[in-house]
Parts: sequence; structure tokens; C-alpha cells
Amino acid sequence: MLILSCPYCGIDAEETELAPGGEAHLKRFGPGSDDDAFEAYMFARKNPKGVHFERWRHAYGCGKWFLAARCTATLEVFGTYPAQSTEPPVEIVEKIKAKRPEWKGFS
Amino acid sequence: MSTRLKSGGRLIDRSAPLDFTFNGKRLRGCAGDTLASALLANDQMLLGRSFKYHRPRGLVASGAEEPNALVNLGQGARLEPNQRTTTTELFDGLEARSQNHWPSLDFDVGVVNNYAARLLPGGFYYKTFIHPRAAWKHFFEPIIRHSAGLGSAPKDRDADRYEQAYAFCDLLIVGGGVAGLQAALVAGRAGARVWLVEQTAHWGGRAPVDGDVVGGMPAADWVEAAVLELSAMDNVTLRLRCMAAGSYDHGYVLLDEKLADHTPGDGRPRHRLWRMRVGKILAATGAIERPLSFAGNDIPGVMLAGAVRDYAVNWAVSPGDRTVVVTNNDDAYRTAIVLKEAGLEVAAVIDARNIANGPLPERARALGIRVETGRAIARVKGGKRVEAVEICQQAGEGAASTTLSCDAVAMSGGWSPVVHLWSHCGGKLIWDESEAMFRPDATRPPLHADGTAMVLCAGAANGALRQAVADADAQVKIALQALGFEAESEEVPAHDVADESALEPVWIMPQGAGIALRSKMWLDFQNDVKVSDVQLAAREGYESVEHTKRYTTLGMATDQGKLSNINGLAVLADSLNAQIPQVGTTTFRPPYTPVPLGALAGEARGEIFQPLRKTPMHDWHQQNGAYFEPVGHWRRPYCFQRPGETPEQAVHREVKNTREALGLLDASTLGKIIVKGPDAGRFLDMLYTGVMSTLPIGKCRYGLMCNEQGFLSDDGVVARIDADTWLCHTTSGGADRIHAWMEDWLQCEWWDWQVFTANVTEQYAQVAVVGPNARKLLESLGGMDVSKEALPFMHWADGTLGGFACRVYRISFSGELSYEIAVPASQGAAFWALLHKAGAAFGAMPYGTEALHVMRAEKGFIMIGDETDGTIIPQDLGLDWAISKKKPDYLGKRGQERSFLANPDRWKLVGFETLDGSVIEDGAYIPEHGVNANNQRRVQGRVTSTYHSPTLGRGIAMGLLRQGPARMGEVVEFTRMDGGVTPARVVDPVFFDKDGEKQNV
Ligand SMILES: [Zn+2]
Repeated sequence: MLILSCPYCGIDAEETELAPGGEAHLKRFGPGSDDDAFEAYMFARKNPKGVHFERWRHAYGCGKWFLAARCTATLEVFGTYPAQSTEPPVEIVEKIKAKRPEWKGFS
Repeated sequence: MSTRLKSGGRLIDRSAPLDFTFNGKRLRGCAGDTLASALLANDQMLLGRSFKYHRPRGLVASGAEEPNALVNLGQGARLEPNQRTTTTELFDGLEARSQNHWPSLDFDVGVVNNYAARLLPGGFYYKTFIHPRAAWKHFFEPIIRHSAGLGSAPKDRDADRYEQAYAFCDLLIVGGGVAGLQAALVAGRAGARVWLVEQTAHWGGRAPVDGDVVGGMPAADWVEAAVLELSAMDNVTLRLRCMAAGSYDHGYVLLDEKLADHTPGDGRPRHRLWRMRVGKILAATGAIERPLSFAGNDIPGVMLAGAVRDYAVNWAVSPGDRTVVVTNNDDAYRTAIVLKEAGLEVAAVIDARNIANGPLPERARALGIRVETGRAIARVKGGKRVEAVEICQQAGEGAASTTLSCDAVAMSGGWSPVVHLWSHCGGKLIWDESEAMFRPDATRPPLHADGTAMVLCAGAANGALRQAVADADAQVKIALQALGFEAESEEVPAHDVADESALEPVWIMPQGAGIALRSKMWLDFQNDVKVSDVQLAAREGYESVEHTKRYTTLGMATDQGKLSNINGLAVLADSLNAQIPQVGTTTFRPPYTPVPLGALAGEARGEIFQPLRKTPMHDWHQQNGAYFEPVGHWRRPYCFQRPGETPEQAVHREVKNTREALGLLDASTLGKIIVKGPDAGRFLDMLYTGVMSTLPIGKCRYGLMCNEQGFLSDDGVVARIDADTWLCHTTSGGADRIHAWMEDWLQCEWWDWQVFTANVTEQYAQVAVVGPNARKLLESLGGMDVSKEALPFMHWADGTLGGFACRVYRISFSGELSYEIAVPASQGAAFWALLHKAGAAFGAMPYGTEALHVMRAEKGFIMIGDETDGTIIPQDLGLDWAISKKKPDYLGKRGQERSFLANPDRWKLVGFETLDGSVIEDGAYIPEHGVNANNQRRVQGRVTSTYHSPTLGRGIAMGLLRQGPARMGEVVEFTRMDGGVTPARVVDPVFFDKDGEKQNV
């Protein structure tokens, strides 16, 4: 029963209001892509014990998708940010680095 | 015998007698009793039977940790199994029955399991599950099923009601002992929103029983003053009988408040489940005493020393006339002193330590109590009741030197902090060598969303067994600071308790006990796990504590490691030659004590279990014989039964009537999504496999949607409304999912595209007017031109019909002349009624979803969820015509290009016609000769839709068959439940009006 703050409506939403959407920052591979790229896009998912970036939708609220950076082991939330981002915002990356010095960074 | 003492009992009111029954026997207790104390006061020591061996079981404890004394409470619609007598407050008229015995508590046939104990070692279940199978099925299972198990499951609907409530606070303090009270005082004075909850009916915990002095006054007085002060604080909420069942992610806590367990039938909900979000949890949950492992420690009359003290002090009940105290610590001497001072006989204190000279042992000696150091109990003698104990050297192998007659044994192996709330969400523990216990490791707490500690422990729960108040004061101040509150600087009340010398860890007694003794030493009284079982598990290679737990059942069921945990771990560690911290602990899981399912369900039962979606015409359906079926959260009429009709007959009538005259279908549940904007056409071209951007205004087009793997996900008719607006129909169950799918792509992938979507499914009522007389009916209503010329097939138009503003689509899912008419939802019922009234002259009848399905199957139209299952591409269903070859991209295009999807051996859609006209069974397969690599029969296809066609008068079906379209005319065989086969010919899936002449008129 996580609580995530929706960056659109500003509500601290409980997990029951949210719908999960899996790993964030995937790049879509469509027609013309080779099998390896398509396979990675379709099926290869990170499953880290630690820092992770995820998609969530404020399904029973404003309806917007947003992204969350959190620790899968301790459930600490480092921040949430709009879905219209190709990579995590600098301030969230800095915050994670300060709290998790062993983290190798976003890739 | 156990009896009520002449005087004393701080919690009971002797002037208020209460009558109750146990196994039908009429007994009497008094107000303030628990069921346990009242049973003991009536010398009812035998209360149940153990799970596996059916050994006699009596009370062991006085609180939530009680493993044995579980009863069936009440009867009929108020039967509640597995209720702890120790936490059940007595009320007048209470009815309790013992459980897990057959045929009676005193004479139990299952006790043969006891004599057969050598046949039921640790891992028994797993061993017999594997081998021999026949023996399990015919011998073990029938016997064990009959004789084992906890209480009986209630058969009647629960007569009680339950409610749920949400609450929020800064600090939730769990445990109303002196630690919790002190923490609440500090937090309350600091202005925090505080909840203090206590699982029992009384504040104060153990301190008043143990004679502690707090703030210079007897603990009971200090407790009273503290509760008084807290009651006056607006920011503090106090709840008794409220158990914190579990702590979950980000400060979520479930609390079970017993409102009316002790006042049944007074009209209040029985339990209230609190669903709380809290800033911090302060667990002041105290500690639980550990049993000692000696032979016969499960015989009724052997109890925890602290519990014996509780019964004497709180309820003036003595478990026995002559008690032996056995211990490895000073605390148990308090029990000897309490009993002696109450005028009871203490045969001896058997202390495993060589030296016992702290203030408590000295006081016991001064009272004339015999203290035997360096000694142990070799075995307890007795069957349904303790009769004597044999005493031996703790350092030896168990050769008895003395026999002491007694009828009660009070044992103490030290105390373990109650760390459940800390551990539920991942808080780690460290091994405390000096107290031989696990306690919370403050450096590794469970975390809140912001990365700070979510739970703090205080007092005994934090391992501060003797300085609870000071520790609680320190911990609550840490919590308050983290929450941004400033604690007032007040002096911490002094908490005076007697000094105690160190305990000595004693994991088995005596130390060198042989196998005969070890196989009578119980670790888990409820699940019948003995020292020898854990040792056997270790010898068999079970090194992980989690595996050992499951293999032996140690600490499972309602115990959840409360009593059995540490002793079991210690025995396992010893067997593995490892240290206890290396072996580790099992995982503590919620709930702390069982929560009734009724409380978890709350008011979500019966009609409001799940909100139902009803169309505007729902009431009409109900009044006209609708036989409903669930479609997602919708309830749709499956058919409309007339008096004397079976549903099957009704469906056949509805199909024939629609094909021959006129049918009316409530199609309101159909998904309707408006897609609008300058980039809407481009967006829909990505969403659908076909082209939607070129659809002319005023026309409709059938479309397919696939996921990125290329598998078919939804279908429906799209209408072009104006230059930048389309209306997409989805399946009834798919509207929400498809709307979310559209938003996902618009928000997360093509966020620069200018498109709005709106799910207007519930804004419109929709009626399908279907059949040869459809046009006649609409023309009789007056209004817009619905002629073939003005509104051809696959066109739509706005207008009015019978005075209703409507949008009419010429689309057909039945193959008949068909109009789907949308009106505002608020006018749906009136429009529907008008259609029936005016339609009577044209033979109108309503039809339901089954007739809809039959008619679409007759036409070979696919149904999402029947012909598709998440692994089917449109090409498998012969829908290549609906896929654009020209578009460079659409969702699923790349997925469909994967090589395995081009395999000519894929199963493809065909029709099936049974040779004898019968109906192929739902789910039937088409087997073929031989077996696959897993030795399973090979299959070459399966049925996906199968019906009796009233139109054709025989069975028709669609299905998937390997290389299907290339095998037209071939006869294949479908499986049947009775083992036979149904031969059927492979045919075109369109069974009726292949050229579509009927719908185009
Ligand atoms: Zn939101």
C-alpha cells in the first residue's frame, strides 16, 4: 500500500487509487527494428533490488500517467515526475546518489 | 485442583456473577473474568486436544499467545471457531465448546495418534504425500481429516455486522502498558495527533501485576492517573480492545477493534476494522514469556510462570494447590512469591542456574520457599493433569533424584520482545546474548516513504525488559523529533523494579536429555512439534529456518512464532552446530492475532459487495423476466424468460423472432470513446490495424486493435463524426481498458500529438433495433429518414425518432437489417419503452446476450474473449482484410512480423458442422494421434464458440484448427466429457446468409 505523490494534481495518492504500468523510460521499437531490439523492448525488464523507475497512472484520480523513482527493497520513494520525460530529472538523480552512494546511476 | 481464591482479583467483580456453559456444562464466573480465568476457577483444566497427536491440552498462557485453549464460541449464525479463551471476555450466557476432539473431550479416539507418534515424525505430511500415494489416499488422509483440524467452520451466514473506518494520525502507539502510556503522555503533551491502542480491556499491562512502582506510586495508580490525563487531551484517541494486526507499506496499519464481542446482540457492530495511515508507529507491545523444554511440558497444569501470576493477581484464580516453579531466571520467583503470599503451596523453585542469589530468590527463601539450584525437571508425570515432577541435575542426562507431587508447574525460560509490527514491514532484529532474545535493531528499521524509520519500538518490545518507562520516553522523543514536534522537557517518572541477575539460556532440560525425553519435549503445543522433530529435520538436511518451519509445522497456524519461535531456533541452531543469530528467525507475518473474515469484509457483503453497473433500462429488464449474466461489472439480460420457459427455450425464441420479425437489444454497455483533435486521425491509424483517418464523415468502419505483440485485443465499429472527431465503439468489457490504453500512448509516447479522448460509455443509452421489421418500426415513430437511400449500411446520421434526439448507426452484429440507436442516457428508459410499445405491431421482442451470441456465430463474426485469448493475431482469424498493408506502422505491426507467427502450422479459424447435428461441447479439443514431449496427447485444434442454431436447427461452431482453411471438407473429432468423440466437418465459419443480403436491404 504505497503512497505516491501525483505530479499533476498534487495529491498524495494511495496505491488503491493508482494503476501500475511497469518499467519507465522504455524506448519503443516498431517496424524495421531488428529482433534483438524488439525482444528487448517487449520482454527484457530490469528487476533490481534497489533503485527503480516505474510508470504509474493516477487511475482513480486525475487519470494522468506519471513516473516514480523508488527503492524496491525498502520502498523509499525518491520522487515522482511527469510521464513526458525521457530520463529522470537531475534533482531526483542527485537525491538518489546522495542516499544510495553505491547506485550506478540511470541507464 | 484449580480454584477461585477467597480474596483478591484486581479485575473481577464478585458481586456480578455470570453464567456460561462449556461443552453444555453450566458454569459460573464473574464480571471481569476472561473465559480462561472463569474455566480455571471452575477447575476446568482440560480444554482441548492437540492438532496431531490429540494429546490433552490445558491453558498455557493468559493472553494472545495462548496456543491451546481455543474454543468454538457461540452457535449457528454466531459460531466463531478458534477463539482464545484467554482473550475472550466472559459475558452472561456465553456458550463455548472445545474443539479438535472426537467423539468427546475426555475420551478422544485420535489419541491413538499419540501412541503412533513414531509414525508421525517431523515432515510426516511431506513424506506421505510423496510415498506411498495409495496409503495417503486410503489410510492416512481419511483418519487425519476426521480427527485433526482446528475449530469447525460456521455453516450459517454470519448474523453479526462489521464495519470499517479510516483514520489518520501522527503517532500510533500500540500497547497500553506503562511504556505505551508514558509515550502517549509525552506525545500528547507535545501536541501530536496520537492514537493509543490496547488489545485487552485494561490499561497498564504487566506492571500492576508485577508490583512495579512508577513515579513513586503503585503502577496501578500511576496508570489510572495517566489514562485520566490522556482522556482530557483532544489530540489523543484511546482505544481498548483494539489490536494492531499488521503494519504495511508507508505507514498503513490495520487495527481490529472488538466492539461487541463481550456484549453480543446489543446492536453494535461486532468488530470495527480501522484502516489507518500513520506518521510513525511506536510499538510498545511488551514481551512474551518463553516455555522451557522438558519432558511432559505439554501436560495440562504446566503453564507459563507469568500467566500463573496473572491468574492469581488479576482474577484470584490458582491453577493448582501445589505448584512447582521451574526457571532459568529471577523473574519467575515473582510467581512463587505471589502464590505463597496468596496462601498456596509452592513445592519448590527448580532453578537451572547454579547460583540464584538476587533479591527475588532471597525473598522467596525468606518466605520459606524451597529453592533448588542447578536442577531441572526430568519429566512431568500425569495424563490429563499434572500429578508430579521428577527432579534431576540440569547438567546431567535426566536420572531422577526426587519426585515432587504437585498439580501445577509454572515455567519460565525468559522473555522475548513482541517485535511483530517491527518485522511485518522488514525491520531487522539483533540477537541479545544477555537476555537470550532477538530485539529490534534500531539501525535497520522498516522505512516510510521518505526513507525515515516507520516503526520504533519502546519498552519491553524494544528489549528494555526492566526499564520500560525510561526507554519509552526516549523512543517517543526520537519519533516526535522526526515528526517535527518538540517534546516538553519533563522528568521521566522513576520505574522501580527489583534487580534481577542474569538468566542462563536453557534450551532443553536437562542438558543431556536422551531421545526418550526429547521426544516428549514440546516446542509448539498447538502443532505438536517436539524437540526431537526439529532435530530430525536438521539431520535430514533442513538447515534453513524457513524450511524447517514448513517441514515441521513449527510456529505455524495461529501461533505465528509467538511461543515456539526462539526455543525452536535454539534447538535447530544447536543441531546444526551454529549460533542462533546465524540461523536467524522466521518471518513474522500479519495478522498478529487472527482477524475475523467478517471484519475484513466489513460492510462489503450481499448487494453492496461489489458496485454493479446497470444500464438505464435495467428496471424494465427486471420487470420483464430478464435472466441476468455478469459482463464485467455490468449485469446484462442473458435472455428474457417467459412463464414456463427455460432459458434455452427463451434464447431460441428470441433468435427466431429477431430473424423473422423484430428484436430489440439493450446495447448500452457497448464502449463508446470519443477521440478528437487535429492528430486524432493519425492517432487512430496507429491504434487500429486498419486506416481510420480516411473514413469519410458520416460513415462507419469495423476496426481491430492489437497490443504491441500483435495479438488481438479489442474490436468495434468506428464512426467519423466530423473533420477532427471519431467515435470508437469497444467491447462491453473493454471500454475502460481501451480508454486507459489510448491515454497511455497519448501521455507517455506521443505526447506532442494533439488529441483528446473521452469515455462516454455511460452518457448514452443504445438500442439495437434488429430484424426484417426494423425499418418499419422506426418509420412508424416518425422523424428522420431511415430509408436505404438516406441511411445505407455502414452509415450513421443524427436526427429524431418519435421525438427523441438520437444518433442512428446502420451497423449489424446479427446479419439482419439493423439500426443501433443512441439516445442520451437519461432518456434511455423512455425510448426503450416507446420502441416496445410501437414495436408490438411489428412483433417486437427483447433479446438478450445469448441470442446476440448465437446470431453473431451464425454469421461467423468473432467475439473478443471467445475467438481470442491473448495469443491470437487477426491473421489467425482470417481478418487480413482489416489490416492495412500500406501503413508503415501501427501498434502490433512489428509484433506480427515475428517469424513464428508466419508459421503455416498455426491454428486458424474455421467453422465446424457436426455430422449428427449435435452441439460440440464447450472447450472441446481436437486431438490427434501420438503424444508430445511431456507424454501428453497431441492436439491440433479446439472449439472457440459452439451453439445450437435455432435458425439452422443444428449445432454450429467456430474453432481454431491447424492449417484450418486448407482443410475444408475434412472430418475431425472433438473430445467429449464422457470420453467419446463428436465428429464434425470443417466448413466456412459463415453459416447464414453468406452474401450479406439480409443486412443490406
Ligand atoms: Zn493525479
